[in-house]
Amino acid sequence: MEKLYLIATIAAQRVAIRASVVESVVDLGPVAPVPLAPAHVAGLAALRSKVLTVICCERALGLPAREPTGRRAVVINLDGHHYGLGVTSIEDARVIDEPAKPVRTRLEAGWSRVAIGMLELDGEALLLIDPERIVLGFEEPIAA
Amino acid sequence: MDDLLAEFLAETRETLDALSGEVIAWEAEPSDRGRLDAIFRFVHTVKGSCGFLDLPRFEQLSHAAENVLSDLRSGTRVADAGLVSAVLAIIDRIGELTEALEANEPLPDSDDTLLIAALSAEAAAPVTGAGPSALTTSHQPRAPTRSMGVPPELLDRVMSGVSDMVLARNELARRLREIGVEADVGGAFERLSSCVAEMRDSITRTRMQRIEKLFSALPRMVRDTAAELGKAVDLDIAGSDVELDREMIELIRDPLTHMVRNSIDHGIERPELRRARAKPLAGRLTVGARQSGNQIVIEIADDGNGIDEAKLVRKAIAAGVITAELAAALPPAARAALVFSPGLSTADQVTAISGRGVGMDVVKSNIERIGGSIELDNRPGLGLRATIRVPLTLTIIASLTVSAAGQSYAIPRAAIEEIVHASSAALRIDQLGDALVVTLRGRTLPLLHLEHVLATGRVPTVSGRTIVVVRAGAGLSYALCVQAVHDHEELVIKPASPAIMGVGLYGGMSLPDSGVPMLMLDAAGLAARAGIEAEESAAIAVAPAEEATAVETVSTLLFTDLSGARRGIRLGVVERLEDVAAEQIAFTAGRLRVAIDGRLLPLVGTVDRVEPGSLVKLLRLSDGVAEVAYPIGEVIDIVPLAPAVNVAGEAGPIAGVALVDGVQVELLDSFWLFSEAQTSAAPADARPLCAIADAEDRWSREILRPLLEAAGYRVAFGADPKQPADVIVADRDETVGAAAPVVRLRRELGTGPDGSVYRYDRAGLLAAIDARLKTRSA
Repeated sequence: MEKLYLIATIAAQRVAIRASVVESVVDLGPVAPVPLAPAHVAGLAALRSKVLTVICCERALGLPAREPTGRRAVVINLDGHHYGLGVTSIEDARVIDEPAKPVRTRLEAGWSRVAIGMLELDGEALLLIDPERIVLGFEEPIAA
Repeated sequence: MDDLLAEFLAETRETLDALSGEVIAWEAEPSDRGRLDAIFRFVHTVKGSCGFLDLPRFEQLSHAAENVLSDLRSGTRVADAGLVSAVLAIIDRIGELTEALEANEPLPDSDDTLLIAALSAEAAAPVTGAGPSALTTSHQPRAPTRSMGVPPELLDRVMSGVSDMVLARNELARRLREIGVEADVGGAFERLSSCVAEMRDSITRTRMQRIEKLFSALPRMVRDTAAELGKAVDLDIAGSDVELDREMIELIRDPLTHMVRNSIDHGIERPELRRARAKPLAGRLTVGARQSGNQIVIEIADDGNGIDEAKLVRKAIAAGVITAELAAALPPAARAALVFSPGLSTADQVTAISGRGVGMDVVKSNIERIGGSIELDNRPGLGLRATIRVPLTLTIIASLTVSAAGQSYAIPRAAIEEIVHASSAALRIDQLGDALVVTLRGRTLPLLHLEHVLATGRVPTVSGRTIVVVRAGAGLSYALCVQAVHDHEELVIKPASPAIMGVGLYGGMSLPDSGVPMLMLDAAGLAARAGIEAEESAAIAVAPAEEATAVETVSTLLFTDLSGARRGIRLGVVERLEDVAAEQIAFTAGRLRVAIDGRLLPLVGTVDRVEPGSLVKLLRLSDGVAEVAYPIGEVIDIVPLAPAVNVAGEAGPIAGVALVDGVQVELLDSFWLFSEAQTSAAPADARPLCAIADAEDRWSREILRPLLEAAGYRVAFGADPKQPADVIVADRDETVGAAAPVVRLRRELGTGPDGSVYRYDRAGLLAAIDARLKTRSA
């Protein structure tokens, strides 16, 4: 389980999320918006009897937002609250034996905040991201 | 009473079970403070509860144990094995009595006095040798009562399972409607459907409970406690229908009981004292619960003595809780909070009710253990308000579903005063600047479009919409205009994630049968976002008898100036409108004056465009004493204006600008007008009398006198016993009777060492007279 990762794509970037923190993967139903909530909070969606706070990963990274309804989402549980992280696509759950290495290159502000390491899969580098940091959202630069 | 007893017994048994480990550990390590505290809390709670349940044996036992434990806590006694076993024997005896009562058996006929005697300092020594088990009586388990402890997680799983079932039922119902089924299939589905609904209700009730369960025990307890103390107390309970987690109810029972008893014991004064303080003889105790945001707020307020903060601080210093330096630097609000320090009390006497200086620290730690908080609002001599807040884990709230910009929201039913359609004849809506107010039966309220507050859209008109009058707190009501009102529903509300609660507008979220999550609005949060403040004793509401005015307005006279500019002035200062001949106005002695009715009035404003021989319209303005004339062109109208205007940049005749029918109108500054024209405006006898000592001096008569009169003084010569002077002006060397302050004048320039004033120093002379007058009146 420790070495199992969920491989997903967010805004054309392949990322890995530790499978141990992921509760499930769902297709989001209708998303009720939350007026005046932080920009990365796309709204609320029902998952059976649970209510998910839907997070737009792109907004959390400071990128343009996407329509949340009908998206695939990675469900995580943080302090008793369920969040659905809307991603572009989900490939698979894979075992990667190599431990994560530190990110050696300079990333954009949004990515550098959520990335906690780098993994290699099928000869391609993946960003290992911490979903908790995505939930915390992207702080707008003061000047904007 | 049976309910109370059963609850007490169940609680005591549970605590005993939980405590058994502590007791054994304490036995091994008598100096362990944490364990000592836990045991102390237990006996204290038992003592508190059994007093009003009329269980004298429990009370004697727990009171004795509490005394000893209190000594141990304060360090006046040291725990040794004998003492520990004596205390344990008491706890065991309490356990035995509890079991007997629960099983409805006669109480064991054992003698408690031996156990109690073993606690005393003298008895402690001989018991030591006997070992821990010497005094413990035989302990045979009895048949357990029928009650089950179910882990809350399991209940949660059952609940969410049932919710899933409801959603599946709804989905199935939709499909069945689409395909159209035969009547018998439909009937079977209906039966299933109602079973599911019933099941959901009952399973929800296993978790939820009305706070009434706690409150219903209060009247009896208050009555008995008050009677015991010889006090009279009126109890007021509000919000009994607030529902909260069963778990939470159990956890706040003790803190609530303690606070109520404390209020009666320490807060509310004896009737004699209340009479002396001109308070109603019966003390007033209010206990209320309400849901606010993601918290349940429980308030316990009394109109008693409050906490004597000075005394509390002294005790805290004496007990070593705080140093004198720290205490001196303590803000007032933090002083009352010292009452939560362990081992501290303001009560001089230990009573059976409370007053051991415990309780409050126990209360605080109990509340904090469940993630809550307690705050005190202490008004010495007037009363104490304790506010307990506990987190809202899950609650069922009777709600109203409304929609705005196509989205549904829930509003707690408790916050809603009434619902009116916007087209109702009972209401009137006025626009004030870019704000709206609605007047409903003489009550004026700010009107908010929900879409505007939530920034989800612009609403051009109220027509076709519905107005919900929301009361967000004391004096904080407003009208919320929504697209539509849908349903009254009992909604299961859960707290939303921190990012959503942090917005400050939502109290939680719910998943209604539609399967689309819905947010519950926080009435106070909406008011705060819209900038609505609580009204200060009817600042905005008008008397119902009055012609319904939107807000307090000022009747304003609109006119054109002689220059043609539109101006306005408060109608209240306008005495009358008068036509005078242009010749009656003249620029004399440094200012414009008009001669009317044989008097000269100062005239403010300009008369450049007045042609000789014509008539000039004058406004005669009065501040109650002085009069001023103001020339105008034509009167336009009298209109009500809001008192707040766009204030002029600098002081001058114009106070500011208001918008009347889309035209800018300058408003005259009455204050400036009168201050500008202030010379000799006061009527004669109100002016101070200035006596000139030398009546024969020509300079005094012909030069000084007119100066003084122009400056607004009455002038007399010499000393007149019938008219005592307010100030006397005399030559430097003159002798005068010192019946009034004297201003000395000298004839030569330069600084006078004797405080005299050069007689041609106009400003200095007038200032000196003014200063003397001030010292006289002071």
